[in-house]
Amino acid sequence: MAKKIGIEVSLAISEAVKLADVDAIAAYPITPQTHIVEHLSELVADGDLNAEFIPVESEHSAMSVCAGTSAAGARTYTATSSQGLALMNEILFIIPALRLPVVMTLANRSLSGPISIWNDHSDLMSVRDTGWISIFAENGQEAFDLTLQSFKIAEDHRVMLPINVNIDGFTLSHVIEPHEFLSQEEVDSFLPPYDPPLQLNPDKPVSMGMVGIPEIYFEAKKAQDVALIESKAVIKEVFQEFGEKFGRTYNVIESYRAEDAETLLLTMGSIGETAMEAIDIMKDEQGKKVGLLRLRLWRPFPVDELRELVKGIKTLAVIDRAVSFGGTGAPVGGEIRSALYSTEDRPYVASFIAGLGGRDVTIKDFMDMVNLAEKMETEQEVHEYKMIGVRE
Amino acid sequence: MDALNVYAAKLAPQQESLAPGHRACQGCAELLAVRLVAKTLGQDFIIANATGCLEIVTSSYPHSAWKVPWIHVAFENAAAVASGVEAGIKILKKKGKYPVDRDIKIIAQAGDGGTVDIGLQALSGALERGHDFMYICYDNEAYMNTGIQRSSSTPYGASTTTSPAGTESIGQVTMKKNVVEIAAAHDIPYVATASPSYPFDLMEKVRKGAEAKGPAYIHVLAPCPTGWRLAPNLALSIGRLAVETKVFPLYEIENGKYRMTVSYKNHRPVIDYLKPQGRFRHLKEDNIEFIQQYVDASYERLLKKIEMSEG
Amino acid sequence: MAKNFSEMTWKEFGLAFMVTNPGCSAEYRTGDWRSQKPIADKDKCIKCGVCYLSCPDGAINLAADGTYDFDYDHCKGCGICATECWTGCISMVEEEN
Repeated sequence: MAKKIGIEVSLAISEAVKLADVDAIAAYPITPQTHIVEHLSELVADGDLNAEFIPVESEHSAMSVCAGTSAAGARTYTATSSQGLALMNEILFIIPALRLPVVMTLANRSLSGPISIWNDHSDLMSVRDTGWISIFAENGQEAFDLTLQSFKIAEDHRVMLPINVNIDGFTLSHVIEPHEFLSQEEVDSFLPPYDPPLQLNPDKPVSMGMVGIPEIYFEAKKAQDVALIESKAVIKEVFQEFGEKFGRTYNVIESYRAEDAETLLLTMGSIGETAMEAIDIMKDEQGKKVGLLRLRLWRPFPVDELRELVKGIKTLAVIDRAVSFGGTGAPVGGEIRSALYSTEDRPYVASFIAGLGGRDVTIKDFMDMVNLAEKMETEQEVHEYKMIGVRE
Repeated sequence: MDALNVYAAKLAPQQESLAPGHRACQGCAELLAVRLVAKTLGQDFIIANATGCLEIVTSSYPHSAWKVPWIHVAFENAAAVASGVEAGIKILKKKGKYPVDRDIKIIAQAGDGGTVDIGLQALSGALERGHDFMYICYDNEAYMNTGIQRSSSTPYGASTTTSPAGTESIGQVTMKKNVVEIAAAHDIPYVATASPSYPFDLMEKVRKGAEAKGPAYIHVLAPCPTGWRLAPNLALSIGRLAVETKVFPLYEIENGKYRMTVSYKNHRPVIDYLKPQGRFRHLKEDNIEFIQQYVDASYERLLKKIEMSEG
Repeated sequence: MAKNFSEMTWKEFGLAFMVTNPGCSAEYRTGDWRSQKPIADKDKCIKCGVCYLSCPDGAINLAADGTYDFDYDHCKGCGICATECWTGCISMVEEEN
């Protein structure tokens, strides 16, 4: 195994993109994604990456150019955050409908307003229903590994869907972490070249993006939905293969010290690492029966795995990093309640929102949330969602 | 391909890369222009099409009128999608995944709405980046597909459904945005205006634009009988009147040099062009006088640019 | 299209509902739209080809003798050909059907 190298996570992701021998990159700079695209343009300029780097004039054009490169048969990558993601919103729905396997790093950043460059998941939640596969990386190694695996998953003929790999902006994108890089030979043995089932080629003309008249639109959406749902099997397959080849196996939901838990925390993204430390303290120093679930695959939602992991659990505290204004639960919390609705013996689900706009979520916050959730469970408190850490 | 500057229909390429059976209105000059473009380009080209009349009528599932590869993504991004197709094929050739000697033309097609209004940003970006592609704007001077709403390419005085003529308004109160000059300002190798009423002039310009190394922009005036409110059979004759009255001069800008490609010794007054069209029916004498002065002044400016190019 | 597409299940359509049969719009008979149709007096035809280059629907085809024939499956009866014809040998007549 290669030695560990300390490098900024953004640059590690660029290295993964380089090792994946991406053909085309179309990106527009936005904090905190900038280091990724800057480094990629350097790699191209220095001849280290043989790719077309297209410096587009907006994110809407970034994703539109990606549609063009991918449809032409090129392995395509882009990255964005927050407002950039919002600006390309229209096209985000079209990419999976056209079954184009674009891979995008999403450096999670709050949506305006007010304008905020700091980290939360409101940008990802605004594109929840676009039909993309959504995966979370919590540290640099995961970001590197999952970026590589994403190309393999997306381009699998059974999938042919775009993927966004989420990394928390600043808190992950801009930190220096140790990474074990794979060699080019190792990546080549894992990731074959992109072989598009259909592409824009005059030898075999196709028309992409036909009018979806009422007689077929519904069927088109069903086909897309089934493809997304069934991609989970391929995701797990790729995770398995990567683990066998390189020794790091990923799971759609990671479980941490949950064996004898009565209360579980559930997080998505880098706060999971802080939560793990809180769990350690609560278990080892306070003897609490707690554990942690880290949701790695957000879309397609891993319902079966969730239901299995919460069997026998009394209290499940879900921590969101985004708000669904006036809704019945924060995005993840609400979906988990929904997923467990049909489970007879289901835990009490507390839906918490923390860390909006870059506000720190500390070890103490997690311990407080566990206590609060357990208290709410005892009282069977009816609530939609609670914001934790806001000054009231 | 040989230059086509003689009106000899039998010398025109025989093949049709656009199939019949598309759902355009009777007498749609836009689709005629598209048919001529497709004829000229042959078979080795790929189209990125914006949402609009052209896209809707040629891609009603399951019927595609396209015999060449074709992609439609959204309304304002034809230039961006075309940029992507161009870059994608370029890198695939570089990496040996596509035959290097295969010359494939990348074409972006959009209406006036998808070019001059909502598509202007993507167009400017693509032209600035210098992609080797050709952008063709089929200008029927309004958002025809959605019901004849005004665009910034709608001419002064035209009545549309969002700039209707009424007691307080003469219809469109602004002047037609000169996107041809905007394209030229990007210093691209080839810019031209064209009309399906002059098929050989159009086909020659398409040939030149396709052969230019870098971005080419062609602006086609596409008379729309439905939206301009005239009988379908007059679609081509009104297009001729647009040129004969100096409303839509046919010229090209090759590497910055202006050249008139269709000249008339004597021009006709604008009223000859405005009168047959229902969208101008409400105009009064003083409006027409104003339009005549504007057309004269614009034409003079164009002549000066041509003169400077010759000098 | 062997089976009518409006009866096909979601599984039976191709990837991303792309159309892989280039130019298949020709199956659709836009000729059914028209209320008048062009007929040509071939004696007066000078084989200039103006009609051929004026048809938005490509519904005029070169005949073996150098004149042109109308593709009535697709002709929408717009009348451009009759208006543009140099000798006036094309006239638009009422469509009986």
